[in-house]
Amino acid sequence: MSVVLEAQQLTSVRAGRTLFSDLSWQLAAGEILHIEGPNGAGKSTLLRIVAGLLQPLEGNVLLFGQPQREDPEHWQRQTLFIGHKPAVKAELTALENLYFQSRLDGVQLDDPWQLLETVGLLGLEDIPAQQLSAGQQRRIALARLFYSQAKLWILDEPFTALDTRGIDLLHQRFAEHLEHGGALLLTSHQPLTWSGERLQRLRIEAADE
Amino acid sequence: MNNASTWQLISCIMRRDLAVALRRRSDIINPLLFVVIVVTLFPLAVGPGPDILGRIATGVIWVAALLSALLGSERLFRDDFLDGSLEQLVLLPAPLPALALGKIIVHWLLSGLPLVILAPLCALLLKLPMDAWGVLMLTLLVGTPMLSAMTAVGAALTVSLGRGGALLSLLLLPLFIPLLIFAAAAVESTLVGTSAYGQVLLLAGLMLLTLTLAPLAVAAAIRVSVN
Repeated sequence: MSVVLEAQQLTSVRAGRTLFSDLSWQLAAGEILHIEGPNGAGKSTLLRIVAGLLQPLEGNVLLFGQPQREDPEHWQRQTLFIGHKPAVKAELTALENLYFQSRLDGVQLDDPWQLLETVGLLGLEDIPAQQLSAGQQRRIALARLFYSQAKLWILDEPFTALDTRGIDLLHQRFAEHLEHGGALLLTSHQPLTWSGERLQRLRIEAADE
Repeated sequence: MNNASTWQLISCIMRRDLAVALRRRSDIINPLLFVVIVVTLFPLAVGPGPDILGRIATGVIWVAALLSALLGSERLFRDDFLDGSLEQLVLLPAPLPALALGKIIVHWLLSGLPLVILAPLCALLLKLPMDAWGVLMLTLLVGTPMLSAMTAVGAALTVSLGRGGALLSLLLLPLFIPLLIFAAAAVESTLVGTSAYGQVLLLAGLMLLTLTLAPLAVAAAIRVSVN
């Protein structure tokens, strides 16, 4: 299988604390990398480095063999990052949020209603997002995954605030993504109901004492 | 693969900002109301004599405009920062300064342009001689884009500080002062019967300079803020 993402000797220091050093790993097409570790270990920092929001102190991240710094725009076209904050506009309805978000992702939705039904928001489409629950807002954000063509998904705690059906739905979608040759990098405190050789685990702990 | 062009992304960001702003009309109306209130209070306080009012009219209108620009400035990027849209903005496959310019333009459409339209009413309330109305509107037309651009720089710098309001005002007011001086001088020279072209052209030049450099500064500040 071809290598999608490669990290070479990543070192990150935040607020004078070494979060991780000399971290190297590879992620092939069709694989999940689950980053584990206690709170504050640097899981989100690692994801933000891969997404391109932060610079590592040392080391390189490569997508299909190309370093991130060489062509950040190309990098951003191939990746999708959903962080802690859902980037859902509280004043806009679910439907409007989907409309603008899909345009920003370079996708013209043929049938937004179908997408709303998939993520379980049908019937709530004309309510401003601020009146929806945390889980429903999360579903608006995660709807991006159901049309995304990005090769690499970077998800920070995607299961937060979701109910069990939502978590199952996401697992199904992850499986489809991997079958189409995508790769997935995520953090989660919930155990993944995933078995087999597709799942890699990486444990990081704050290095210094 | 996201194949959206830079232009499509900018226009989408602008339309989304407009849609959000139109859902929060009070945020648009409050600064304008502030200007109108200040302008209506002055005749009551200093007396209705046209000689006094006419002389201070430009100053009052411009000071009110500057203060109203500070009123809403904190909010410019705060919602985007809190809900995560700002980090998604950084991750869009388009030059960040271009996106920042789009956001500045939307801010001007909702704060600067209404002020230009409101200017004749303010001028009437303060008995500014009619032959100076055109120049007053012209100074606002070239001056308010600068207000939006400089406000955006300050707002982007302070967005990650929880309570950046006071700091933001301190940062921005010195930058606004040249604008105030030249705008007042332009209207003043019309009132004494000389040409205001020099001052207006200088303001226009300053506006172009600000609109060129501010998006770069905003982009750099946003990158720091999302860290």
